[in-house]
Amino acid sequence: MDISKLSMHVNVEDFLPATEEEKEYMVQMRPSTTFFRDGLKRLSKNKVAMVSFFIILLITLSAIFVPMFWPYKYESMLGMQPGKPVDASFNNLRPFEYSSTEQARIEAGESVFPHVFGTDSSGRDYFIRVIYGTRISLAVGFFASIIVLVIGLLVGSVSGYCGGRVDIIIMRIVDIIYSLPDMLMVILLASVMKVTLGPAIDGTPLAKIGSNIISLFIIFALLYWVSMSRLVRGQILSLREQEYVLAAQAAGAKGSWIIRKHLIPNCISVIVISTALQIPSAIFTESYLSFLGLGVNAPMPSLGSLASDALNGLNSYPYRLIIPAIVISLIVLSLNLFGDGLRDAFDPKLNS
Amino acid sequence: MNPKTIKYILKRIILAIFTIWIVITLTFFIMHAVPGGPFVGEKAVTEAVKKAMEAKYGLDKPLMQQYFTYLTEVVQLRFGPSLKLRGRMVIDIIGDGLKTSAKLGLIAAACATVLGIILGSFAALRRNTVLDRIIMVITTAFVSMPSFIMGSLLLVAFAVKTHVFPANGSTPAGLVLPVITLMLYPMSYITRLTRSSMLDVLGQDYIRTAKAKGVSRTAMIFRHALKNALIPVITYLGPQLAYITTGSLVVEQIFAVPGIGRAFVSSITGRDYPLIMGTTIVLATFIVVMNLISDIMYKVVDPRINLE
Repeated sequence: MDISKLSMHVNVEDFLPATEEEKEYMVQMRPSTTFFRDGLKRLSKNKVAMVSFFIILLITLSAIFVPMFWPYKYESMLGMQPGKPVDASFNNLRPFEYSSTEQARIEAGESVFPHVFGTDSSGRDYFIRVIYGTRISLAVGFFASIIVLVIGLLVGSVSGYCGGRVDIIIMRIVDIIYSLPDMLMVILLASVMKVTLGPAIDGTPLAKIGSNIISLFIIFALLYWVSMSRLVRGQILSLREQEYVLAAQAAGAKGSWIIRKHLIPNCISVIVISTALQIPSAIFTESYLSFLGLGVNAPMPSLGSLASDALNGLNSYPYRLIIPAIVISLIVLSLNLFGDGLRDAFDPKLNS
Repeated sequence: MNPKTIKYILKRIILAIFTIWIVITLTFFIMHAVPGGPFVGEKAVTEAVKKAMEAKYGLDKPLMQQYFTYLTEVVQLRFGPSLKLRGRMVIDIIGDGLKTSAKLGLIAAACATVLGIILGSFAALRRNTVLDRIIMVITTAFVSMPSFIMGSLLLVAFAVKTHVFPANGSTPAGLVLPVITLMLYPMSYITRLTRSSMLDVLGQDYIRTAKAKGVSRTAMIFRHALKNALIPVITYLGPQLAYITTGSLVVEQIFAVPGIGRAFVSSITGRDYPLIMGTTIVLATFIVVMNLISDIMYKVVDPRINLE
């Protein structure tokens, strides 16, 4: 049956049952992936990002779990036992060195847990202080980023959604906060809040966290949300106008479908990535302030305050500076690299 | 310049002035939030002495009146006397520190810019070679290292352990380490910026045109590629100086450089409020003005840039 291509006659062969060979074309070779799984696959192929991820994981897990079984406490001065004279031989031990009392106990056959990084000038185990400092720094970075995320998301979406005069006013405020020299304002606020906040929260559960960390969070809540809110607003404004949203509307998609399938997936990756990149910058700020003596309250350590304290004994104990320095650089570096990897894997705009 | 550019510049200048006013106002009210006023922490003073001190510094007047007196004083750069360094005016302390700090900052900024552009261009022109990889790895590491960590490590390595440079930054040789500390971050940033924008420019049509008409490689690099690749670097000049300014606060502390940063840090620990206010305002104004200049330059240099 030879029919010309232009003929309107129906070709009967088209309606024959499919052969086995033809059916094979329809078999799914692999399950359809979601955007999220696709991104994960891309991320797992990125070696630098994966190595950074495992470094972060390792540091985070040890910051959480090591203090649980470590026999020393970060704040306990080992030479000060109640009812006994101060034992100065605990102070300034070098790594794996023992104090004279511990030496005596070892000779008596007892096993004494080693001071892996030695002790500081007040006889506190340095290893646990570094671990604890890491915990503080990570926690501050994480919670500060969450605060920035929540406020930025709220303000940005209100501004983008309402538009008009509300948008203009919010964006002017954002412009001004954005052009303030942030570090100077942070130092100014921190130096004053250090004095004012202490009495205000005394006795409340907040006092346990320490006034300086609270004031750090307040500073982040006041100053650092602006770039996040700009980002969210820009996303909302531009996504609403995208062609694929129009195409989905033309194809008859409902509002809830568009929000779930188009707006959120496109928005969320950008927001998650910039939140992830906010963490190292928060850690940076915290360590900077701690270094200036405006960070965590003593005796609580943070990586910045440990580095700052180490400056006094630099000549004899340089490793006390180098250890927190390495940890802090490692955290910031791997968080940055992992954030970059996340962006490469999950930002649909970059995948072209 | 077209009217749109002029309108943009005016808008930016107004925003900058407004920002500086906000900084001054914030400083004033933040300082007034300190309980007990600026005399807390002094030796126990009797009520009469406290009253006399408050009258002398105008602290007994209504808040708004104090604010306006303060504004007029600040505009004339009169920040009053320092509370801790008796007999010295805040503006003199700032002026003295500024000489050293400006020298330190400008050398660091110049070195960072020049080295960053050279390294970045090299990396872009030798793309995907070992040299490029090494430059990128090193700059990534430097970008992630806080300046105080870098400064302390340099101090250990070159001053404490080997005595190559003096640890005290008050002599010219002592300025070497602080300058290196301050410049590494902006240098790395500029390197990465130059590299990516250079790669972008090298793929443009006009570079192919230049090659096709037989322009020499040197002329191609300098007259066609680099000139255009440097435009994004201009935007970083403002933030770079801001970074160096705040970075110098701790770096001066570490290396004992007698600059404005050290005065600021010791004023914080010593709760010397007039000095804190004065330094914040001076440094903030500097940063805002630098950002303004680099923004305006950016728009003027490249007319293609959308002004919105």
